[in-house]
Amino acid sequence: MIQIQKTRRVEALTGNYAAAYAVKAADVDVIAVYPITPQTTIVEKLSEFVANGELNAELIHVESEHSALSAVVGASAAGARVFTATSSQGLELAHEILHIASAMRLPIVMAVPTRAISAPISIHNDYSDVMNARDTGWVIYIAASAQEVYDTIIQAYRVAETVNLPVMVAYDGFLISHTVEPVELNNEEEVRRFLPRSVRPYTLNPKRPVTMGPLASPDWYYEFKYQQVLAMKEAYKVVKDVDALYGEKFGRSYGVVETYKMEDAEYAIVTYGGAAFGNAKAAVDIARERGIAAGVVRVRLYRPFPTMDVLKVLEGVKALAVLDRAIMFGSPAEGPLYKDIATAMFMHGVDKPAVNVIHGIGQRTMYVEDMYKIYTMLRENPRKEVVFMGVRV
Amino acid sequence: MSLPKATELPIGAVIPEPGSTRRNLTAGWRTLRPVIHDDRCIRCQLCWLYCPEGTIVERKGVFQVGNRTYDVKYEIVYDYCKGCGICANECPTKAIEMVPETP
Repeated sequence: MIQIQKTRRVEALTGNYAAAYAVKAADVDVIAVYPITPQTTIVEKLSEFVANGELNAELIHVESEHSALSAVVGASAAGARVFTATSSQGLELAHEILHIASAMRLPIVMAVPTRAISAPISIHNDYSDVMNARDTGWVIYIAASAQEVYDTIIQAYRVAETVNLPVMVAYDGFLISHTVEPVELNNEEEVRRFLPRSVRPYTLNPKRPVTMGPLASPDWYYEFKYQQVLAMKEAYKVVKDVDALYGEKFGRSYGVVETYKMEDAEYAIVTYGGAAFGNAKAAVDIARERGIAAGVVRVRLYRPFPTMDVLKVLEGVKALAVLDRAIMFGSPAEGPLYKDIATAMFMHGVDKPAVNVIHGIGQRTMYVEDMYKIYTMLRENPRKEVVFMGVRV
Repeated sequence: MSLPKATELPIGAVIPEPGSTRRNLTAGWRTLRPVIHDDRCIRCQLCWLYCPEGTIVERKGVFQVGNRTYDVKYEIVYDYCKGCGICANECPTKAIEMVPETP
């Protein structure tokens, strides 16, 4: 008689290995990849799983990231559960296919350990790559720990296959992808029950021929783009439901925004990613010791943007700072998250001082002291402007 | 004409009906029309093979041409032929003539 052991299984894993373990638990069928730092070790681990017979999947080595995503588009169109991963220049090269994957409504899951973009060449971490892909119709999560990477990738498959949209799971390149944390792994049988094989409306099947990716004339094109708008609205609800369901089953859930000491906060930093959130939390503790009612908000779901949730947690604050780790050159404010929050506030009649802090570009060290300085700045001189922090000027 | 709404269309622009493109007549821009002179045609099948649009059909039957009898005959589907002239160029007996379309 077989007895299933119900004890917790905790392993010391890097963020990338956590991603690989999640993909194995999800029992994917096709993986297509091209190596790029800092993504490479995800697929190294996955090819180990495939070679060992632990994962029954087709692992395709392709000649570029454009091809990697194209290959999983094809496999997904044929009905397979697929995975790919890339970073930085790779995401840029695959950019054309990002739009195609989302518009063809294919439930692809892609991990993106984020990295700065050339030139000058940098292999280090910031969010320039993901921010360039933010409006391509993909659901985008930004995770803040190896554990969250693991949990989010499993959730991503459920979300993708429910709303028929591709999902990107981003996290700090190197700072999470290559650092080791204890990660609690789920029972794989239970994960597979959590991710039942859905019946897709259309797949490439010679017995039931369909045309995918046709030409749409001006009489037709707009309707399909509007379908994507509706799908994103649905995804906002589905992401929350899946997260709650995952919490019930596996005991860990995150919500679409994570907060730290926001209940009575007067000054808040809003940010994304592990390093920015972690250091801001440390700064909150210092600020609170020194009498500043500080708090942090981390946007976990970046697309669809959780407008109402973000506005709700910011209701009580006197002033806020949006900490961005990417630059939109020539924009009214250079931070992408700031633009989203400013738009959300403007549309809902909220007007309060909000400063845009750009930091951590090309993995420029963001000290806890810097974060603390943001809180004192908010208290002493609350205003609306863009501050480039940590740069020599 | 009222076309289907966004919510009524299959997602992802999938066309679930095979062969529906046939309803789109695509010959509108043709300026030169290929005409097959059947008496010069030796049934080599090259035009049928080379046509990039598959608009040349091979009809089966018994066809008496002069003192010869053939079991096939080639015809052009003018609903889809765009008049590119590849068939006329490839024909070894110059049996296909490109004739200007009259407005």
